[in-house]
Amino acid sequence: MSDTAACPACIGIPDAILAKAASRGVEQIMLSLPAIHCVACITGVERALERLDGVASARVNLSMKRVTVGLDRPVAPETLIDALELAGFEARSLDSSLLSAEKDPVGSALMTRIAVSGFAMMNVMLMSVAIWSGAMGATQHMFHLISAAISIPAVAYAGQPFFQHAWSALRVRRLNMDVPISLALILTTGMSLFETVYGGEHAYFEAAVSLVFFLLIGRYLDHRSRKAAASAAAQLAALEVPRVMRLRDGVREMVDFADLAVGDLVLVLPGGRIPVDGTVTEGASQIDRSMLTGESRLHHAETGAHVTAGEVNMTGPLTIRAATVGMDTTLRKMVTMVDAAEAVRNKYTAIADRAAAFYSPMVHLLALVTCTGWIIATGDVRLSINIAVAVLIITCPCALGLAVPAVSTIAAGRLFRAGLLVKDGTALERLAEVDTVVFDKTGTLTMPVAARDTLSADEQAVALALTQDASHPVSQAIAAALDGVTPASLTDQMEHPGKGLSAIWNGRMVKLGSGAWLGAGVGTYLQVGQDIPRRIKLHAGLRDGAQELVAAWQKQGLVVHLVSGDDRTETSRVARMLGIDRWQAETQPEDKIHYIEALSEAGANVLMVGDGLNDTGALTAAYASLSPATAADASRAASDIVLLNDSLVPLIELPLVARAAKKRIVENFAISAAYNVVAIPIAVAGFATPLLAAIAMSTSSITVLVNALRLKGRV
Amino acid sequence: MNVLVILIPVSLVLGGLGLVAFLWSLRANQYEDLEGDAWRILSDDDTRPPE
Repeated sequence: MSDTAACPACIGIPDAILAKAASRGVEQIMLSLPAIHCVACITGVERALERLDGVASARVNLSMKRVTVGLDRPVAPETLIDALELAGFEARSLDSSLLSAEKDPVGSALMTRIAVSGFAMMNVMLMSVAIWSGAMGATQHMFHLISAAISIPAVAYAGQPFFQHAWSALRVRRLNMDVPISLALILTTGMSLFETVYGGEHAYFEAAVSLVFFLLIGRYLDHRSRKAAASAAAQLAALEVPRVMRLRDGVREMVDFADLAVGDLVLVLPGGRIPVDGTVTEGASQIDRSMLTGESRLHHAETGAHVTAGEVNMTGPLTIRAATVGMDTTLRKMVTMVDAAEAVRNKYTAIADRAAAFYSPMVHLLALVTCTGWIIATGDVRLSINIAVAVLIITCPCALGLAVPAVSTIAAGRLFRAGLLVKDGTALERLAEVDTVVFDKTGTLTMPVAARDTLSADEQAVALALTQDASHPVSQAIAAALDGVTPASLTDQMEHPGKGLSAIWNGRMVKLGSGAWLGAGVGTYLQVGQDIPRRIKLHAGLRDGAQELVAAWQKQGLVVHLVSGDDRTETSRVARMLGIDRWQAETQPEDKIHYIEALSEAGANVLMVGDGLNDTGALTAAYASLSPATAADASRAASDIVLLNDSLVPLIELPLVARAAKKRIVENFAISAAYNVVAIPIAVAGFATPLLAAIAMSTSSITVLVNALRLKGRV
Repeated sequence: MNVLVILIPVSLVLGGLGLVAFLWSLRANQYEDLEGDAWRILSDDDTRPPE
């Protein structure tokens, strides 16, 4: 990027410090590319990056929608993002700790086990087909022996994840889903080996390996969605390393946020976030408190004014004497408050866990009762154990193990393609039960937009020409609002850090900047020549898709509320535009929590959609929560689902997909229950054969998978 | 039935080959970006993934 277009926040910093700030041992950088979708995007992104100085390689992963950039020398992620944005690709930085997650040893170990058990299953099945078709005597015995030789090592190797989990549960005297699985595997293999050695008729080797195979698939899908959730969390865990610029004896240095002491002087440049609570000792500026309070109006701060961590400095450099640092700042206290809310939040029990809690004791009891029943009835221990093992195999939760992971994988994949990141495994189940939505206003439904109606056509052209290359938030808002206007041609463009922009237009000096600089009141002004400066009004404009989203969700039967920290006029204006009847203005963060708690107590399942730090508590208190990727880090961390795109349109189908997913999960449990209801009496009565077990196991697993795949279509 | 003495080892070896081929492709990161690779083949650029 050229110097003229650099952001005002960077102009104040000596180059050496910038380079040093960037050189934090970065050799590979990963960027998220939410909007890429085709081969032109791949080559476009890779070429745009490889042209840059210092970039050794760039490789796009289209499935994960991200690019891994190898660097020869340290390059700031912002430089790469700027280059991509200039080339027309939306990019966001990702945490570099994700790089290690990229390798995923657990996933590939699971995949290897799936391959081994799949290989064993195919070959053992082949032998079993011969036995089922009537191979007798020596042939049957030989096939059993070969099956044993293949399946015993295969089960011992591929079944390890289940054995380990079962053992760790048993050690603390608890039962989980893996205990009946492991028991069934060990008993089946052991029993079949015994039968093989003593020339018995029934060996369940193929049942044992196919059990491992199907369950491993479920385990793998589960692992993948968990990993996606973990990487989402890592992605959201704030890349912005809390580095602050400290002034000591007139020298500026970048230090870690943690190294600040009370009384240190901190310099915050325009566009930067204020890192500490304190008082302004030098400079005057407009500050944006919307992250903390939701107000869209800017506040004026000058020497002596008190500022709070989390506010954004908009127009001029401020020197702040730190009054509180580290864990004591208002910002940190807010985060701690959220953590506390998190701890007492009612933990939702996933459907799968509820099923497992009911299922595991049932199966053991049933097998035990069958075994003792047959011993009492016949006195034949070998036969009784055989039948008990058959019961364990038939009831074994192949379909149960697949029911939830298959559905949530497919639903999360569908939502990811639409630009939604599902962070929490139970988020979809909870979303399906949501009946009330509470929206935050600022930053969620609205974005700051400059009003163009106060400016003449010439002034609009000049304002656009001045602001289009500047990176200050106010400049960007003005340029965005003037989209469609032809920019005027200017010469001698200058940036005055902390004041504004100036240029020569038709031989006259034009200035755009803070009212203080132009000798006018508070706000942003445009002055042409020596005319009276004209105020540029900033107000909240609707985010793309906001109207469609609210209308669609109301049509889907959701009750929509709007709760904002902003004043009444602004809130009611937005509520009217969106057709929301229930709204509340001037709401403090704790009142937002109370608002949601009141709704929950009235029996509603509330979905909170918000982005500010003032929403974080409400996001945590709600039944389900959603935030845009532009939200504060703490808010994103508190949400179940994160919207990666700028437009709100992808959210429209979210409740439908969630409801469909929940329906599929319940259907899947019903299907596996139905199979069990038919098969268990047969097994208990002693009529189960290896063939029957194999058929029941495969068909129930396949039915469940096919049912889950239906989610890909229309919902 | 004596033919089984040949056929069973043959089928096991063939299955084993498939297993080895799959494990090799897994280790060679061929499943990392299925969608991207499907598109890349249409592109004229002959880029190789970085090691």
